[in-house]
Amino acid sequence: MIVAKYRKRELVSNYTILTILALTCILPIMLLFFNSIKPQEEFGINPFGFPITIRLANFVDAWIMGEYAQIFLNSSKLVIGTLILNLTVSGLAGFSLAKLYPRGSNAFLVYLLVGVSIPAQMFILPLFLMWKELGLMNTHLGLIIIYAGLNAPFATFLIRSYMIQLPDELFDAAKIDGANTLQLFYRIALPISWPVFLTTGLVVGLAVWNEFLFALTFVHDDSKKPIATILFAFQSRFENNWGLVNASAVMMMAPIVILFMFFQRRFIAGLTSGASKG
Amino acid sequence: MSIFFSKNSIAWYFILPVLAVHFMVVALPSLLSLALCLTDWNGFGKINYVGFENFYELFDDRYFKKAVWHNIVWTCLFLTVPIALALTCAYLLTGITKGQMLFRLCFFFPYMLASIISCQIWKYIFHPLYGLPAWLNSKGIDLIPAVSPFTMKETSLYAVAFVDGWHFWGFLVVIYITGMYQVDNSLYEAADIEGATKFQKFRFVTLPLIRPIFIFSIMIIIIWSIPTFDYVWILTQGGPAYSSEVLATNLYSQAFDRFNVGYSSAIGTLMFIYTIFIVSIFGVLRKLGWEI
Repeated sequence: MIVAKYRKRELVSNYTILTILALTCILPIMLLFFNSIKPQEEFGINPFGFPITIRLANFVDAWIMGEYAQIFLNSSKLVIGTLILNLTVSGLAGFSLAKLYPRGSNAFLVYLLVGVSIPAQMFILPLFLMWKELGLMNTHLGLIIIYAGLNAPFATFLIRSYMIQLPDELFDAAKIDGANTLQLFYRIALPISWPVFLTTGLVVGLAVWNEFLFALTFVHDDSKKPIATILFAFQSRFENNWGLVNASAVMMMAPIVILFMFFQRRFIAGLTSGASKG
Repeated sequence: MSIFFSKNSIAWYFILPVLAVHFMVVALPSLLSLALCLTDWNGFGKINYVGFENFYELFDDRYFKKAVWHNIVWTCLFLTVPIALALTCAYLLTGITKGQMLFRLCFFFPYMLASIISCQIWKYIFHPLYGLPAWLNSKGIDLIPAVSPFTMKETSLYAVAFVDGWHFWGFLVVIYITGMYQVDNSLYEAADIEGATKFQKFRFVTLPLIRPIFIFSIMIIIIWSIPTFDYVWILTQGGPAYSSEVLATNLYSQAFDRFNVGYSSAIGTLMFIYTIFIVSIFGVLRKLGWEI
């Protein structure tokens, strides 16, 4: 009985500490929601509470003043373009590394490992000068190629580690039926590997949607900027119009929140996959 | 001709596209950077070879030295506060069953926020007119002066690190708890029979067994602290008076405000050498049989 009592007290303290820590994570984000539907006049008297009068028009104002129809199209173009390019090239490479056993593939894996360790600042300026020469500055294609390259090592490793578990017999059987290597990839490996492509896609898509440094450097036209850098400009332009700024931030966050609700486990597994492999 | 269609060549054709994209975006410009750091190029005129001149200049540069120091402080902060918090939190989480998943989601969610959004949230909370300190003052609690910590020389670096840490530490909770669940439960039961306290169980059972993940987390924190950019640039741009300048912002203003190609390449090269150095230390430790 004494043990049980002790456990119970312990449990209460556990929950208290955890709740306090969880609130420090969640309350600031709740605040963002509250402030996105608060009228401007109310910030002076009620800076932290739930709004007394709800003003949904903040979203309409922000959408119109920020020209977000265009901006969201830009961001979506970047995400979709990157996913197509990145998943295609990484899928092919991951398949080859896992199932085709090319000679010298270890050298390529080391190359990718060194690749992920290079800080972006090391190459951003020469890349900028190259992109200028190639006419890729201020274009979405330019950014898509950059994002696909930056995320290639992660995606390749993740896809490879999934495909490596697929049984060889599957492919041998198809080979006997006369399938060529490309058919092995898209007829057999691709359809059964969709979970890893979904996880990779979510992680890479999130990274692109949130990306700041390269978007800041490579796109200067306001009409071509993605949401992250537009919000940066918006914050200084409408500095004290908190309703507008917060509504914009909520709009940027909305797709992520929705996707996170459906795919929590995939997001968490994908984002922490480097850790479990070591 | 058959060599072009051999099994091995075909396997490499599958790798070629990813190699091409990655080489063009990362490897080639990095190599260019390695070459340019030995020149005094400014992006337009002639390229002159100047040897290690840029590096000598760097080691005399007050602002560069300041930035290095700030990166060291940053690394130390991240190696202590988030790790301690996350370890405690993950350990407490293993002790509960009800609502554990909900807690995990709460801790993890800030990690998914864009840097620009985390920054905006905290800019508001610390705002001199609307923020928390001002609100407390208006309630008669004069604990903290109502100025934004991002605009004060003494606090700017720590304030920025706090925001980045707030965004980051939930990631650690999740990787630690994954490690802790791989610990065999019978070990805790054995410790219970021996009469071990909660802390002793943590110190002598949990910590040694999650060592691989723990060491991995130390490595990524050291590596990720070097190129830290977003939070500093968004919140303070390195200011006021260089009080929150880090290597990445120093490099960025050298590169894109002043177009000192050679100089900024030199900073980038040093960052790269340092990263490779850290990675190889952990690689060597692994070779020496440290289970990491």
